[in-house]
Amino acid sequence: MKELTLAATVENIQAVTDFVNEQLETVDCPLKAQMQVDIAIDELFGNIAHYAYAPSTGDATVRVEIEENPLAVTLTFTDCGTPYNPLTQADPDVTLCAEERQAGGLGIFMVKKTMDEMKYEYNDSKNILTIRKILN
Amino acid sequence: MNINKTVNATELTVALEGRLDTATAPALEAELNQSLAGITKLVLDFSALEYLSSAGLRVLLSAQKAMNKQGEMIVKNVNETISEIFEVTGFCDVLTIE
Repeated sequence: MKELTLAATVENIQAVTDFVNEQLETVDCPLKAQMQVDIAIDELFGNIAHYAYAPSTGDATVRVEIEENPLAVTLTFTDCGTPYNPLTQADPDVTLCAEERQAGGLGIFMVKKTMDEMKYEYNDSKNILTIRKILN
Repeated sequence: MNINKTVNATELTVALEGRLDTATAPALEAELNQSLAGITKLVLDFSALEYLSSAGLRVLLSAQKAMNKQGEMIVKNVNETISEIFEVTGFCDVLTIE
């Protein structure tokens, strides 16, 4: 288990991605699964950076756990910002044409579709969002 | 992410290299905003694009809406990861993918 705590900013998404990829590279993680995890980081850490502490700023912690049999990664994102459960957000209508579509709402939906598990809890004044992806 | 533009009369080709995500999508949006005047065909070449997140999808949607008014937009050389994102989000029906 490894953990990284840093300022929740858009600029730090890259640092979180590098940190997680470093762990994934120690195991035999297929490239496609790694990219799906990287996208999930962009969506989830990006959301924390944009909304958790707005208009102020604050820290977030990302924890990486890798299990074997089956090979899987669990990422836990923790922040002390405004309570927000992204799982309560309604799924977007993905059948609409370009003109009818609104920007937004797709990020969490994509994460739900590409990860094997996603759960949220609010505990000890913290938003705790966990995703798990089976890697092979 | 690198953005490489090629203009041929009213056809603009934009080749993307790297990742189109929260940090890089604003650069593409700004680039397209200042480049689409007079363009009737926009080609987005994804051959060197690794993946995109929802921030990238938002830019693609607004480019598609702009080009619907003035011509056509084509997305080409999409890898498997990106292709699945387009499937899951229904963007495969919104975009013209070659």
